[in-house]
This record gives sequence, structure tokens and C-alpha cells, in this order.
Amino acid sequence: MIAVKKQQLTKKERANLVKGLLFISPWIIGFLVFNVYPTVYSIILSFVRYSGFQPPVWLGLQNYQRMFTDDLFWQSLYNTLYYAVFAVPIGIVVAIILAIAMNRNVKEVGIYRAAIYMPSIIPPFALALTYIVLINPQYGLFTYVLSLLGLPPTDYLSDPTSAKNVIISLAQFGAGGTALIFLAGMRGIPQTLYDAARIDGANRLQCFFRITLPLLSPVILFALITGLTGAMQVFDPAFIITGGGPNNGTMFFIFYLYDNAFRYAQLGYASALALVLFLIGLALALLIYRVSQRYVNYELVS
Amino acid sequence: MATNTMTTQQTQPPITDKEAVQRRHRFLAWQRGTEQVVVRIFLIAMCLIFLAPLYWMFVTALKTTPELSVFPPTFWPTSVQWGNFWTAVNYIPFGIYFWNSLIISLMKVLGAVLSNMLVAYGFSCINWPGRDKVFYIVIATLFLPFPVAMIPLFDLFATLKWVDSALPLVVPTFFASAFNVFLLRQFLLQIPRELMEAARIDGASELQILWRVVFPLSLPAIGVISIFTAVDSWKDFMGPLIYIQNDFYRTLSVGLQFFRSTHDIQFNLLMAASFLTVLPLIVLFLIFQRFFVRGMTIGSIR
Repeated sequence: MIAVKKQQLTKKERANLVKGLLFISPWIIGFLVFNVYPTVYSIILSFVRYSGFQPPVWLGLQNYQRMFTDDLFWQSLYNTLYYAVFAVPIGIVVAIILAIAMNRNVKEVGIYRAAIYMPSIIPPFALALTYIVLINPQYGLFTYVLSLLGLPPTDYLSDPTSAKNVIISLAQFGAGGTALIFLAGMRGIPQTLYDAARIDGANRLQCFFRITLPLLSPVILFALITGLTGAMQVFDPAFIITGGGPNNGTMFFIFYLYDNAFRYAQLGYASALALVLFLIGLALALLIYRVSQRYVNYELVS
Repeated sequence: MATNTMTTQQTQPPITDKEAVQRRHRFLAWQRGTEQVVVRIFLIAMCLIFLAPLYWMFVTALKTTPELSVFPPTFWPTSVQWGNFWTAVNYIPFGIYFWNSLIISLMKVLGAVLSNMLVAYGFSCINWPGRDKVFYIVIATLFLPFPVAMIPLFDLFATLKWVDSALPLVVPTFFASAFNVFLLRQFLLQIPRELMEAARIDGASELQILWRVVFPLSLPAIGVISIFTAVDSWKDFMGPLIYIQNDFYRTLSVGLQFFRSTHDIQFNLLMAASFLTVLPLIVLFLIFQRFFVRGMTIGSIR
């Protein structure tokens, strides 16, 4: 196709084409080696049995059929969806509340903003290690605070559901970053809209639900989809705090994929899992996008 | 509220407009004052919660081993053990881990700046046929999740005998990343075309224009990319976990976790090491706060 086009190009255009392609060549190589090749190879691997040492054996659809009867596959999928369903919306609500507070004209807001954003730069592995100390049922800070509220000391890591909740709560420390995005969005809403609403007798709550929220909806959609993508890949805290337990309660999808690939050397099955995860993530993102079109308001953006 | 003032006007002797206005102003000022107090209390409470893990990491690092298991936990150590930092650094091969993390981060920053700058220049400053269509492919790769590529890339790097070195982590950054290209391109498009055209007429080559004209003007965007690349590299857990098995090449992220799982280590020492791991990020954040904030908000604007 390019060859046909070349004949119609002027000398200058052709020179520019060569120059342009030269400049983007690192990306072209990267695209072929780190995107195209792995994707194609993944699809092929998902149809074979392969340990990385012996030559691959063709299995057809067996890897995919295996998932249906694999309890741990369903368990890890359930764990991941449970995590996503709670961690992502809670994170967005927390971030919006933080952004509203930071949007009020408090003089020293810069200090609060820095402090609230700070945990976002703490590596998840370091946060996870600290969490082990914080939630220790005998002498953790968290246990102490709850005891002040009259709650008995509990080992939250001994129950599959509460262990997931622990990891969901850990994720909330990243809300400061999302809050900054919402804050920037709120600052972009013209003050005149609020003034007009006030004159018409609207109260605070009405202003929030009729002006702020609709005009912030594209940013919320962005946070929802990126949050979902991240949640589908949750791994570090579970690996460090619980090791997937108790009773596989925090065996998240990526964790299971990792185990299959690098502990059990089942690269074929792991590739099939990776593709299924990709398709589930894509389907969920498209679903959210489709549903959101009814609510998202792009007026301010365009 | 409007009816309220009307009734007072009817029952009481009429008040002058000036007095009413003053009273209204005083009321508004009072309302604003209380609101500020409420917002402040909320934000301070949030700061305390968000900084709690970091503080606890620090305080735990300073405690003696017996004090770790005191309940209720002490908010400040009864005897401060600054020596724990020194002990931790010597007990854990901290220096090696730190050095590995640092070198990998710096190499990744170098790779990211070089490659993304070239590619973004090719996508914004040179006008070649088909450019914007190819750019759609760049955007599309944003949605391809890492797990899909993980297994084929591991296989590739294993074949190349790159496993157990920094190469699998560093080399891909030299081939541009979709997000960084997108971010830089947005920035380069705002640089006036006239500057580049003038340089072209003077006979400057594209590389000269990139280096002499465009590079100095895009330092803010390069700052954002550098910082986020460095922080992401410092945070990366899964990459080093998969590719590095030899303790001598481990980074801090996997090194600390590995050390914890294979040695009997007290949590005050582990927290001391964790705090030293986080410290460079905090320093970086305090110095370049503006870049962090800009980087967060740029991501959401599409």
C-alpha cells in the first residue's frame, strides 16, 4: 500500500516519510517485539502444553476447556471481581470526597494535598510490609484503634473474605492520586455555573449533583476504567501479605497466572489464562463505557 | 430564608438597607469561617489516616524488639533505637539491593527520555503522510495489558540468556512506551512551528532541531516522564520477581520480601529497611512536587 502511495508523493513528502519513520523506528521495533510478537505467541501458546524445557505439545482447546472444571480458576476470578467491585468504586468515592474538601479555599491546602498524595508514591510492596505490622491482631495499631471502638482483636487474615477486605483497604491509600485528577477536573468547571445556580436558589447538594458530578463524569469514567484495569491485575499485596491464602481467599487472577507460569511451569495454560483475563477486562471496560454513555457529559470537554 | 427576612421586616420597625446588607455580610463571613473550620478538621483527619502507614513504618523502625509486642502499641518508642537502621542495612544485603534498584531506575529514565523524545518528535514535529493513522496504533497498544505479554517475553529473554540480569527490565524502555509518547507528543504539538521552520531554513538537521530547539523547550514534560519512570521502576515488584532469581541482582522490592521469607527477621529491622527504601521517593517528591502533580493531572486530559 505504501509502495503505491509513494509514486504520488512529492520529493519532499518522501523525504519527510523517511525521516518520520526513522524517528519513530524505536517504537516500531518495540511495537513488533513487545506487542505484536508476544500477543501472537500468547495465542499460539494457549493451544499447547509447554513447560519451557520440553518441546510444546499441541492440545487444541484443552487449556480453555480445563478452566471450566478448574475450581481455582473460578475462585481466582471471583476473588478478582470481588476486589474490583469494592476497591474501584470505594476508591472513586473517597477520591471525590477528598477532592471536594481540597477544592475549598483553605489557605494551607498545599500541605494537606502533599500529605494525602504521599502514600501514592509509596511502593505497594513497602505499604504491604507495613500493613503486616499495622493489622497484627496482638499489637497492631489497627487492632488498637478498633479496640478503642469496642471491637475485639481479630485476625483479619484468617478469613478469606476479610483478608480480601484488608487488601481492598490497602488500595485506598492510593486515593490521593485520583483525588488530584478530580481536583483538576473541578477547577476546570467555570465558577459562573455555580453563581447562576445560587441565584436560582440551588443549595450545595443540588450544586454538587447537578453541576459538579455531571461535568466531572468524563474524569470519573477515566478513573473507573483505569481503576478497573489496575484492579484486574492486583498482585503485589496479596503476594506479600497473604501469599494467596487463607484458603485461596486472596488468590487473585494474576497470582494464579503467575503460579501456573513460574511455579508449575505450565506456560500454555498460563497463556490461556492471560488471554481470558484480557478478554474479561476488555468486555468489562466496554460494558462500562457503553452504560456510561447515558450518563457521561462531554460538554465541558468539547 | 427570604421569607424570614420579610416577616422580620413586617413586625419590627423597618431597618435601613445598609444594616441588612451588613448583617448579611456578617452572616456570610461567619458561615465561611465555620465551613473553613469543618473542612480543616476533615482534611487534618484525612492527613493523619493517610500518613499513618508511613509514620508507623518509621516508629516501628525505631523500636526495640521487646517493644514491638507491647499492647497498646506505643506511638513513640520509649527508647529510640537509631541504630536499627545501621543494623538493618548490615543484616539485609541492603546496599546491593539499593544499588541494583538505583542503576535500573536510572537506566530506565535514560531509555525512556531518549526513545520517547525521538518517537514523539517523529509523531509531532515532522509532517509525514500517514503519521496520524500510525499514531492510532500507538494509542491502541495502551490497552494491551502486561500479563498477555508476560509469558512470551519471559520465554524470549530466557532464550537470549538475559534472565538474572537487569536487561529484561531496562532494554524495553529504550523502545518507547505508548503512554509516554502520547504525553510528550501532546506537549510538543504546543511548541510553535515557526521555531522549527526557522531552524530548518537555516539548514539544521532534524536531530539538531530536536536537540537545540525542541529539547530545551520540553524540559517540563521530560521532567514528568523521568520522575514517573523512576518512581514506577522503584515500585516495580512483578518485573524483578519474574526475571531476577540471583540474590546478587535483586532489587529492593523483591529483595526485602525475599529476605523476609527466607530469614528470621524482626519487624523493626524490616521496617527500617522499608523506610530507607521509601525515603528516596519522599525526598524526590518533596523536591519535585510540582512535577508529580502535573504528571497526575496530565494523564486524565485526553
